[in-house]
Amino acid sequence: MNWELIFGQLQWTSFVFAGAILDPSLSEFIASGAGSIAVLGAVAVVILLTVKRWWVPLWRDWLTSVDHKKVGIMYMVLALVMFARAVIEAALMRAQQLVAYDSAGFLSADHFGQLFSTHGTIMIFFVAMPFITGLMNYVMPLQIGARDVSFPLLNAISLMLTVAGAILIMISLVVGQFSTGGWTAYPPFTGIEFSPGEGVDYWIWAVSLGSIGSTLTGLNFAVTIYKKRCPGMTLFRMPLFCWTTLCTSILMIFAMAPLTAVTVMLALDRYAGFHFFTNGDGGNMMNYANLFWLFGHPEVYILILPAFGVWSEVVATFSAKRIYGYTSLVYATMCIAVLSFAVWLHHFFTMGQSANVNAIFGIATMVIGVPTGVKVYDWLLTMVGGRIRFSTSMLFLINFLLTFILGGLTGVLLANPGVDFQVHNTLFLVAHFHNMIIPGVLFGMFAAVQFWFPKAFGFRLHEGLGRASFWCFAPGFLLAFFPLYWLGMMGATRRTYMWSDPEYLPWLALAMAGAGLILAGFAFMVTQIVVSVRQRDRLACPLGDPWDGRALEWSIPAPAPEWNFAVLPDVTSRDAFYEAKQSGQAYRSPAAYEDIEVPRNTATAPLIGLFACAWAFGLVWHIWWLVAVSFVLMWAVVIVRSFNMNTVEIIPAARVKAQNEAFLAAARAAPGVPREQEMTSDNRGKALPEALTARAGAVPAGRAVEVLS
Amino acid sequence: MSVSERLHPGVNLGATDPESHEAAEEVVFGFWIFLMSDLVLFAVLFATYAAMSVQGIAGGPAPAEVFDLTAAFVETLLLLLSSFAFGFAMLAMKYRENARSVLAWLLATGVLGAAFVGMELHDYYVMITAHGAPPQASGFLSAYYLLTGTHALHVSSGLVWMVIMAVQIAVFGLNTAVKLRLMRLALFWHMLDVVWIGIFTFVYLFGVVS
Amino acid sequence: MNDETPAGMPASEYGSEFGERLSYLIGLVLALVLTGAAFTLVWMKLLTGGAALAVLGLLAFIQVLVHLRCFLHIDLARSHRDDLKLILFTALILLVMVSGTIWILYDQHLRMMP
Ligand code: HEM
Ligand SMILES: [Cu+2]
Repeated sequence: MNWELIFGQLQWTSFVFAGAILDPSLSEFIASGAGSIAVLGAVAVVILLTVKRWWVPLWRDWLTSVDHKKVGIMYMVLALVMFARAVIEAALMRAQQLVAYDSAGFLSADHFGQLFSTHGTIMIFFVAMPFITGLMNYVMPLQIGARDVSFPLLNAISLMLTVAGAILIMISLVVGQFSTGGWTAYPPFTGIEFSPGEGVDYWIWAVSLGSIGSTLTGLNFAVTIYKKRCPGMTLFRMPLFCWTTLCTSILMIFAMAPLTAVTVMLALDRYAGFHFFTNGDGGNMMNYANLFWLFGHPEVYILILPAFGVWSEVVATFSAKRIYGYTSLVYATMCIAVLSFAVWLHHFFTMGQSANVNAIFGIATMVIGVPTGVKVYDWLLTMVGGRIRFSTSMLFLINFLLTFILGGLTGVLLANPGVDFQVHNTLFLVAHFHNMIIPGVLFGMFAAVQFWFPKAFGFRLHEGLGRASFWCFAPGFLLAFFPLYWLGMMGATRRTYMWSDPEYLPWLALAMAGAGLILAGFAFMVTQIVVSVRQRDRLACPLGDPWDGRALEWSIPAPAPEWNFAVLPDVTSRDAFYEAKQSGQAYRSPAAYEDIEVPRNTATAPLIGLFACAWAFGLVWHIWWLVAVSFVLMWAVVIVRSFNMNTVEIIPAARVKAQNEAFLAAARAAPGVPREQEMTSDNRGKALPEALTARAGAVPAGRAVEVLS
Repeated sequence: MSVSERLHPGVNLGATDPESHEAAEEVVFGFWIFLMSDLVLFAVLFATYAAMSVQGIAGGPAPAEVFDLTAAFVETLLLLLSSFAFGFAMLAMKYRENARSVLAWLLATGVLGAAFVGMELHDYYVMITAHGAPPQASGFLSAYYLLTGTHALHVSSGLVWMVIMAVQIAVFGLNTAVKLRLMRLALFWHMLDVVWIGIFTFVYLFGVVS
Repeated sequence: MNDETPAGMPASEYGSEFGERLSYLIGLVLALVLTGAAFTLVWMKLLTGGAALAVLGLLAFIQVLVHLRCFLHIDLARSHRDDLKLILFTALILLVMVSGTIWILYDQHLRMMP
């Protein structure tokens, strides 16, 4: 019997638990522990679903759904689950570096290598990307007054491909090892000669699945914004979040292709003996760095732009003021998007090209700082003279402005090739990019969750716990990463699992403390969600507008109905809903209702995801029959689906009318709450318009507002 | 914008109701975006090839030694003619809604396309057996096979797609969904011909000249 | 972009079948001529070195335009069309990526020469 035909390179020793038996060391026990947590977690979920009889609703209402709102929420859940894993890995790395002073610490070098590789890969592809994608999914169609994205099924397929990639990385906890090549996976180290195992293959296929999913997402959102805006919604009336979504989508369309190309080339090198990046035979590993960063640099803007959009919405809403410099923000976003394609070389200044090449890319990099600076001033000026409320989202915004500027400044430093030669590959760089990504992207997404959660679920999140999490996250970040700037300048290299310089110790201890605070912040956040679910009646805001919002998404009930808008709105200005409230036009009944067509649920997307995951697993372990079968099945699903011409269902006008009129009547009847009480249980989601509040003299109208805006 | 201006470039739908035109706009625009993203993929492969065909020969065979210009010329003609045939299939769909003649033109397109793929495979066979030039021989050959192979793979998937569309025409007739799919397939097919212009120029002709 | 499409469209808006056939035929002939010229140039060794490369590149560029115009029906008269903008933007990105890559790798290559 030839077992290799059936199991490929998979053996019983491939399972992580075998490692602990064959080599009982702390490092292996931690690996087995992580594997057990993954397995137990999966088992616990299965038991929970069975006991609660949630299998059917999960399948019927969620997995097979193509509704952009549900797809968005599933993306966010994926991001949070993966964040839990990656942040624990980060804490482990911090702990290892703290104790590994002149000793080996508790992790083997190889295990540490896997940790920074999975941490980086997960954080970028399976935390940050799903977070922004989920948010854009949920919010953008509501803001442009659309009923869904242009291609709802494609949207669900993108999600399921991303989930397949994430599952693959989770499997690597239990079966086999992950790559030790970092999130960038530079050859020749990741070539077959130096990394013969399955680890790099896990990286290749997980990232490829995520990358294809993101390309399709970008395509979908760009078409949606171009073709599905409601009447009157010209491009320059769109909320800024939609602009940043558009630019991010365009970046996704063009930047993911180089990644797909480069992973395929690396795979060909590894599987078929090609010579793209090998040491000899005409291979050129520097082209890998070139192609990877052709994707990698736009990628960081893919992540940050949606967060910029969130900040723009948050700052305007909680300053109760129109955003300052709308047009300049739009053009700044466009400039950033285009420029981000012209700076990729700054990631490999030290690779040996001549000084002129470095200089040109260095200058281009510094130029990007200009539009970003414009944005910062716009946000600051929006706050000037506004009636600011320090909600959790707003606290995150203020923290963002303070820390992001510092991160940006270190970025400008790094853009100077001379400086980069000194701190390249040190913890200075690690500090810099975490400084951009955590207060910028991650906290941006946290702020977005606080902000839009009530829209998605019909109740607010507990404010006290939100602030508690903020007060852990913000100082935690500073403690965890500012010491790294210092360490980097002292020469501490990145991706290093042990030290011998005693001067590093105090700084590493500080960083460890920071990581602990960050973990505490995450714990508060999870608690906040649990507590809020428990207290959902007290926190309920079914009328949909808890923050005195400005764009269209606040004009509909919370949670948003399946069809989003009973009748497509007709907008005449920016901040359409805010203007309507001010002029007393909000919550008017429409003249007539029509039947609404919505796409039917379908098993297509989850099946494609399932087969894609099996296909990738087969590739990792060289199980060729599985590769062939799942590939055929995947395309069979697509073809079968293409023969189904009955893909929409009709929601009758009467049902829409009944539900919408009930909502409008309730909204009109509700008294509305002034802003001082928005965090109390009086806030049922109807905001008292500013105009009325001001007339009642409850809040003195700030004169500075008029002067500045 | 007048109606004709609003008709997407590419292949027009024919006389149908305004709603299908709206739907077509969205779907076709989406497909254009897909094509552009695909084009970026090809661009990356072209750039890699451009570098490796000069720097990655590594003592192996050089481009001029392994390329057969006559074969490349015939392949060019085959693909061009098949693109042209697809154009006539679309005209038959647009002006006459005649399923039979659409199918006949599709058949012509498919046969020409299949001949193209067959010839490319034959090229590979000759290169590997007669010239000792498999993709594993050097960086240059790796890049060559990946670039032309990706194109050939695209053409082959276009052929499979074509078969499926023929079945759908037989099953559903020329309904709006089928027409929209044919339109996208046409765009795909024409775009592959555009990519081929790059390949025969920058790979074959450049390779032989320099 | 959101303006209404007038209901009922006159057939004249679509051009005639004859006209469109002609357009495909013109495309085919031009493409044949351009392809033929390129191959002849190489076969007959009419030009060599940089000049040959430049002419070949130019011929390819023209042929791409011919295909876009005659087979893919892109033209300047419809320049306000999203698709054209998309194509132009793509062209820009392609230019940056391809020329950047070649430049960087070539520069590195030169500095590695013994
Ligand atoms: C939340 C708390 C976080 C902590 C405590 C943390 C900590 C760390 C540590 C210790 C490293 C290894 C540094 C080294 O090479 O020596 C690292 C690397 C990295 N982190 Fe984080 N991180 C956090 C969040 C994030 C987030 C949110 C992202 C991105 C969305 C991220 C992306 C990365 C990347 C890309 C690497 C580089 C991996 C590599 O070297 O290949 N991290 N982080
Ligand atoms: Cu960068």
